[in-house]
Amino acid sequence: MSEEIKKDGETAGTEPTAQPEDNRSEAAPETAPSEPQTEPAPAASAEEAAAPSEPAQAAEPAASTAEPAAEGGEAAPPRRKETEEEKAARRKAALEAREAAKAGAAQAKAAEAAAPAASSGDGGEPAAPPKPPSPNQPRLDRAVQLLKELVAEDAVEEASLNELNDDLPTLVVKNERWPAAAVLFRDHEELGCRYLRNVSGVDYETYMEVVYYPLNMERRETYCVKVRTDRENPSVPSVTPVWETANWNEREIYDLLGIDFPGHPNMTRIMMPDDWVGHPLRKDYVPLDPEV
Amino acid sequence: MIRTEELLLNVGPQHPSTHGVFRIIVRLDGEIITEAIPVMGYLHRGTEKLAENLNFTQIIPYTDRMDYVSAMTNNYVLCHAVEKMMGIEIPERAEFLRLIVMEMQRIASHLVWWGTYLLDIGALSPFLFAFSDRERILQLFNELCGARLTYNYMRVGGVKWDAPEGWIDRVKTFVKDMRLRLDEYHNLVSGNEIFLSRLKGIGKYDADTAIAYGLSGANLRSTGVEWDLRKTEPYSLYDRFEFDVVTGKNGDCYDRYLCRMGEIEQSIRILEQALEQFPGDGETMGKVPRVIRPPAGETYVRIESPRGEIGCHIVSKGKAEPYRLKFRRPSFVNLQILPKLLVGESMTNLVTILGGIDIVLGEVDC
Repeated sequence: MSEEIKKDGETAGTEPTAQPEDNRSEAAPETAPSEPQTEPAPAASAEEAAAPSEPAQAAEPAASTAEPAAEGGEAAPPRRKETEEEKAARRKAALEAREAAKAGAAQAKAAEAAAPAASSGDGGEPAAPPKPPSPNQPRLDRAVQLLKELVAEDAVEEASLNELNDDLPTLVVKNERWPAAAVLFRDHEELGCRYLRNVSGVDYETYMEVVYYPLNMERRETYCVKVRTDRENPSVPSVTPVWETANWNEREIYDLLGIDFPGHPNMTRIMMPDDWVGHPLRKDYVPLDPEV
Repeated sequence: MIRTEELLLNVGPQHPSTHGVFRIIVRLDGEIITEAIPVMGYLHRGTEKLAENLNFTQIIPYTDRMDYVSAMTNNYVLCHAVEKMMGIEIPERAEFLRLIVMEMQRIASHLVWWGTYLLDIGALSPFLFAFSDRERILQLFNELCGARLTYNYMRVGGVKWDAPEGWIDRVKTFVKDMRLRLDEYHNLVSGNEIFLSRLKGIGKYDADTAIAYGLSGANLRSTGVEWDLRKTEPYSLYDRFEFDVVTGKNGDCYDRYLCRMGEIEQSIRILEQALEQFPGDGETMGKVPRVIRPPAGETYVRIESPRGEIGCHIVSKGKAEPYRLKFRRPSFVNLQILPKLLVGESMTNLVTILGGIDIVLGEVDC
């Protein structure tokens, strides 16, 4: 049926890296089967783990054989409750097996390059004929040129077209140069972005990024501008004086990601309570109360 | 001489005119507002954080709960963003169904606004009219997907359920009736003397201010800016249908009212054409991989919701869950102008101005 499943089955056969111990078959009647159903999470991970140990079969039949066993709780021998460590170990094994399978699948795919890619879902680069240059290329080049000439030579760190977003011109602007660049984006007649569509903050674990989408309404042209900052003391100059739209958006980013915006008129939390500890959207955020 | 002193007044968080849980702290000099501080976050559920641990199909129900008055457009923006990243083709019948429900939703949403807005201003009966018509739309949605408010109807690649037998005909009947009802509404309210004096010239701003504040939807169009994403950046099948972008010129509450009423009419026009062209049969789900994994990268997709530009910024690392999912919520952005509009107005106009922005708190707080 799906490519995904086949891949798992095939490659797991060639590379049996993980040998998960199957706890489920050890029928230790310590815990009475008070509830017939086991929790879904361990069952699911067990299915995944079981797949590589049966190389001849595809993952699907393996899953289907595992499922009745999981459901018919009363008929099947009662299962011993797993400890947290065992669960974690099994999950890890399953993950590793899956990664290995993926790598194998990628190789296999590269080998049969002639076959047409079914979808772009894997991010695989099919050897397509060279594409004609995007109509947005001149717009990107011009924006880079303007920023270099009128703001600073080092203002632009990266510039590219985002293919996933209709070749949107995407620029990474140097943190210190951002206020001047923002004014240029708004006021320069060739850019003329008086409207700011959206501001997002992203935590990339090694650095943080604030993404702006200025828009020129007359010519219906959008840009994507990214400003990066380090993760220890994240700070990006505020553009609220340039676009009033940024005001609450920056407060929200400060609240949820902890990025400071020097120059903002009122840098306070907006969503979370004022006495909240931490910034929830950061990847290292630990909830104060894990029960909630 | 009467001694006057400054009064600090708390409006909300539970106040009927805030349409949700929203608080404004107003500083009053007599009846005149000198400062207004909005306080929000009471409905913050951390949708963006929750989404990081869910796969895309699991996120769709959460979008229902953001702008719960217009869940269909929220469904669409997420599905559309994922489809764009993965390059999924949508069968025509599915896309037609999506467009039809989105336009019905726009009418339903504007009806809720119309009814409650007039209720805020002090007219009770329009509310009853509006909700009885909206009820018909909810009934039709109920037949389609089994829910009245949180539909969870769209999927990446299409829609979950095909239209039941006779559904399209029932929508046709509704659309025909709605046209007549709209004339009735105009007769009932739009020329009313008291209504006009409450709305005209209130909460006024110009196009430059609207653009600087990033307003969208009727809030922007009421100033005369012709900006409707269905026209300016067409998505779905909107480029196939004839409709106008309704604009005002004064940028006051009355023009916003007229814009929304005009949009109901344009939605009816779109619906009439779409129902005529609706394909007789076909698939309702496109070819979608079993596990939805958008390629690594990011995209920002926006559509026109009844409240304005709703956007979805997905950062993907090639996994089944988004690495970061940010929603650009029109209510949140539009609400920013409120403190500015309230200064210098009398306390009675607070409700008129707040209602005129048309916010849904589930979306403001997300």
